[in-house]
Amino acid sequence: MNSENTKNVVAITNLTRQFDEQLALDDVSINVKSGQVFGIVGENGAGKTTLIKHMLGQYKAQQGTVTMFDDEPVASPEKVLAKIGYLSEEPELPAWMTVKEILNYTAAFYPTWDNDYAEQLIKAFSLNLDKRVRDLSKGQKARVGLVLAQAHKPELLLLDEPSSGLDPNVRRDILSAVIKTVSDEGRTVILSSHLLEEVERVCDHLMMLDKGRVLLFDSMEKVLNNHHRIIAKPDSGISLSDLSKFDGVFNAGNDNDEWKIDFYGDLEQLKTELDTKSVAIISNRLMSLNDIFISRTSASMRG
Amino acid sequence: MDIYINQNSGVPLYLQIINQVKQLIAAKRLKVDQELPPIRGLAEQLLINPNTVARAYRELESAGWVYKRRGAGTFISGKPSPLSEQERKRIIEEKITSLLVESQQMDISVDQLIETIQKMGSKKN
Repeated sequence: MNSENTKNVVAITNLTRQFDEQLALDDVSINVKSGQVFGIVGENGAGKTTLIKHMLGQYKAQQGTVTMFDDEPVASPEKVLAKIGYLSEEPELPAWMTVKEILNYTAAFYPTWDNDYAEQLIKAFSLNLDKRVRDLSKGQKARVGLVLAQAHKPELLLLDEPSSGLDPNVRRDILSAVIKTVSDEGRTVILSSHLLEEVERVCDHLMMLDKGRVLLFDSMEKVLNNHHRIIAKPDSGISLSDLSKFDGVFNAGNDNDEWKIDFYGDLEQLKTELDTKSVAIISNRLMSLNDIFISRTSASMRG
Repeated sequence: MDIYINQNSGVPLYLQIINQVKQLIAAKRLKVDQELPPIRGLAEQLLINPNTVARAYRELESAGWVYKRRGAGTFISGKPSPLSEQERKRIIEEKITSLLVESQQMDISVDQLIETIQKMGSKKN
C-alpha cells in the first residue's frame, strides 16, 4: 500500500485515437500503480472502452505509448494477457458451450489457473456446470465471466462496465471480487463504470473521461476532499465570467441572485482571493462524486 | 458488527465507520476486549475499499478507542476514556438539535418540549 515505490501496472503517455472524424481519445496520459483500485468514469462514448481496448492490445496506439506491466500489449499480447482477468459488459462466451466446457477451455490458456478457487467461486455463485451459455440469464452469464476473469489469479482485474443492467446481487458479487482481489497484496483492479456510487465506494484512484479527454486524474481521497460547492453573494466589482478564470474554478453559475461556484483545490486560498474582491461566501460543502461528475461534464459541454 | 454506510450523507466513509464504532462502544454493544472484524472482512461486508477500513481502524487506534495485538486483530480498549463521555454528549446534542429545529417549525416552545420530555421520561421509568 506504499504508493511511492510500487511499480506501474499501466503506463499510458499522450495516447490519441481517431475513428474517421471522431476523436475518441485525446492526448491521454495516466498511470496505474500496483495495489490500486483504479476507477474510470465517463458518459457513454467518453472513450472508456477504447482506452481499455488499448490496454488489452486490441487497439494499437496511433499516437503515444501504452505499456502494461513492462510490455507493449500489441507486441507481446500473450505475455500481457496472461496477467489480466478481463470482464466486459457483455462477456462474449460461445453460446453452445456448457459452463463446465467453457471453464476447461479457458483453464487451458492459463498456467496459473487455480481449480480449487474456480470451484469455490462456482459454488458461491450457485452456477450449474451442465447448463449451456445460451440458457443462462444475464446475471448468471456475468457470474461465469467473473469466474473466468478471476480463477487464474490475475495480477490485474480489468472490469469494463461489469455492473450494467445487472441486479443488486450480481453487482454485489462483482464488487466483492474487486475487494477480494485488492486485499491480496499487490494485485490491482481497474473498474470502468457509470455507477458512480460503486466507484466512490471501492476505488482509491480515479480518472474522469469526457469526449476522449482526461478531466480528472487523482486519488479518490483528494478528489472527494477538495471539490467544493460554494454559494456566494455577488459583488458589483466582479462578474461571474471573471470568477470562472480563477484557478480551480471549473463551473460557475447564477442561482437566484446567488453565485454557485464549483471549485477544486484549497478552499482557504479561494476564500482569501474572494475576500480581496469582497465576494462573501454564504455556504460551502464538499461535493459527492455524482455532483462532481455532473458539474464537470456539463461545464466541459459548454466549452 | 452493525455498521451502515450512507453515501448521501456527505460524511467521508472512513469517518462514518469511526463514528459508528464509537456509538457502538457508547451504547455498550461493543464491549471491552471484544475483537473488531478484520479489515478485509469488514471491507467485504460493506463493499468498500480496504484502505478505507484500515484508515478508520488506524484513527480509532491513535485516539485510544481500540488497540492492536501483534499477530492478532484489533480490539476494543478497556480504559474508561473521557472521550466516551464527550462522544455521548455529541450524539445526544446532535439529536436535540434536530428536535429543536422540528419543534420550532411546529411552533412548540422549548418549555413545552421539556415538559413533554419529562412526562414521557417518567412514564418510561
